[in-house]
Amino acid sequence: MNSNKKVVYDDKARRMAEQLFLTEQRHIADRLREDCECRDGMFPRRATSSRRSFLFAAGSLVGAAGAATIAHAEALKAPPGAVFYDVPDDPTKVQGRPVVDGSYGTRSQFETEARMRYPTPNENTSWSFTPLGRGVGNITPSGLHFERHHGGIPTIDPAKHNLLIHGMVDRSMTFSMADIKRLPSVTRKHFIECSGNGLTEWNKPTMKTVQGTHGLLSTSEWTGVQFATFARETGLKEDAAWVLAEGADAAVMTRSIPMEKMLKDALIVYGQNGEAIRPEQGYPLRLLLPGYEGNTHIKWLRRLQVSDKPFMTREETAKYTDLLGSGKARIFSLDMEAKSVITFPSGEMKLPGPGFYNITGLAWTGRGRVQSVDVSLDSGRTWYPARLESPPEPMCTVRFSFPWMWDGKSAVLQSRCIDETGYVQPTLEQLIAIRGDSGPFGSIYHLNAIQSWAVSEAGDVTNVHA
Amino acid sequence: MSMHKRWFACVIGVCLFSGSAGAQSMVDHFGLGQTATANEAAKYFSIPPSGAGLPAGSGTAKAGVLVFANTCAACHGDKLQGNPAAGIGGDRLLGGRGSLVGKTPVKTVESYWPYATTLFDYIKRTMPFSAPGSLRDDEVYSLVAYILSEARIIKPSETMDAKSLPKVQMPNKDGFIPDARPELQLYR
Repeated sequence: MNSNKKVVYDDKARRMAEQLFLTEQRHIADRLREDCECRDGMFPRRATSSRRSFLFAAGSLVGAAGAATIAHAEALKAPPGAVFYDVPDDPTKVQGRPVVDGSYGTRSQFETEARMRYPTPNENTSWSFTPLGRGVGNITPSGLHFERHHGGIPTIDPAKHNLLIHGMVDRSMTFSMADIKRLPSVTRKHFIECSGNGLTEWNKPTMKTVQGTHGLLSTSEWTGVQFATFARETGLKEDAAWVLAEGADAAVMTRSIPMEKMLKDALIVYGQNGEAIRPEQGYPLRLLLPGYEGNTHIKWLRRLQVSDKPFMTREETAKYTDLLGSGKARIFSLDMEAKSVITFPSGEMKLPGPGFYNITGLAWTGRGRVQSVDVSLDSGRTWYPARLESPPEPMCTVRFSFPWMWDGKSAVLQSRCIDETGYVQPTLEQLIAIRGDSGPFGSIYHLNAIQSWAVSEAGDVTNVHA
Repeated sequence: MSMHKRWFACVIGVCLFSGSAGAQSMVDHFGLGQTATANEAAKYFSIPPSGAGLPAGSGTAKAGVLVFANTCAACHGDKLQGNPAAGIGGDRLLGGRGSLVGKTPVKTVESYWPYATTLFDYIKRTMPFSAPGSLRDDEVYSLVAYILSEARIIKPSETMDAKSLPKVQMPNKDGFIPDARPELQLYR
């Protein structure tokens, strides 16, 4: 297949891709320095000479004197979201820590996965990737949910935050956060994926890890009020066909959403994984459009304007449109299509030797439920059905797994998702052949192709196009 | 306020449990939220291609030169060429016309944006980056006029206001097509 250079990266996209590559290199280097000398994803060996192990050991020797400076030093030693504690030789022979009433809780000091920020020239208009490689289950921890901001993360007092609904309605209304929380609510699990997820991967395998290739994907349990409930309160004029959603950040982000989608399953959410949504996810209120590209899920939601036509905002015309080889660009390409990725084993991991491995990954589709997932061990020549670890839910990731007895020979691992509409996750060649049928195309968005991970005889796992 | 009370009085037809089946009947309205006044909605704007909601005021490319130099050039370049430097990252605004078919597409206001109203909306909404939403409407009209004039989309002498702006024909106004997905070849 001659797929080389079929996709055109414009200047900005090329800079993005180059910077992404360099960022991931630094992220990997940091992790290696802090974690272990190997690239052993499944069985991290804590080399005694690594910096973290050295610091842990040193910390345990220090007495109570100079506690303040030591506490500071120890805070530096703990990974983000964790607190450093001395590790006893036998935890059954000493009392553990006292219960600290009122504490929010922290994760184990041994857990190091962290988001990786993309170094846009301007830190306020940046994004970060979820570390999918070490994730388990279906839900993304709220603190590891990927981010994309266009004007930084605003600090908003919920007592002063309102949602205005106006335009082609019978009655314009404002709702306080207290009002919204009194309305009938629903709780649903949905993924959000940025349509730029994988933007570096069109022409050659670029990112090393699954965090880099697929980390603009996260799944949460969301709680809030259906848009339909609000529409019932305000009424809708007969010609109402679009809704503009507006955020209360410095970008005052706006997108136009088809009314059909809004009435079908749009949620106005204030809850994420059992608590208030995180500031970086839109606290105190965001729009949640199951299966739609991430940019449309307006965060810090303050206003919905009902209209008969779309507003043609900057994001929906100049940015999130897909330029094809014909020179025409697809507009309102909102659905995120069926996709899957093996998260273990994945890029930069190392299998310690032949034997049993539980291949696992995530599958999702913006058009309903995942029907089934297949796994291939030979570049897609042979496919086997994977096991779904939980019943698939609409517009939600599902974790799949596949038992693999590795014989120590080189292999190329792939997964493919088939959704309930009968859509089969394409190969990169298929996708490029369709979108590039009239020449090179200039859209880096909506890459949902099958991902390949090569496993060498030495057990090294790398990102490949196969 | 009196309007709100009237509404509240007429919507609070809430029934609780109907004795026989124990089922709760539908409420007409929940009685939550407030009727928004026209003043409240007037605090916000979103300008569609029709130009509905464009404010009073006007601007020219000549007036825009100075506004651009003072508030925009640091990030977007004194020739509107953009600035990818660290800490800045302002988009290029000019050029690329005719480049969308081919190997080096350049997407700018001039080459790619389909509506001039979007430019007004976006500048007023969120620019300059260091003080979002701080420009007066005349300044926004002037900047739009300046950028469109530099892009040779309008004449340098043209005034931009609520009437003229929606009439501007952008070079790529016919460049967008509906989403063709799902791509039918990919069904099983």
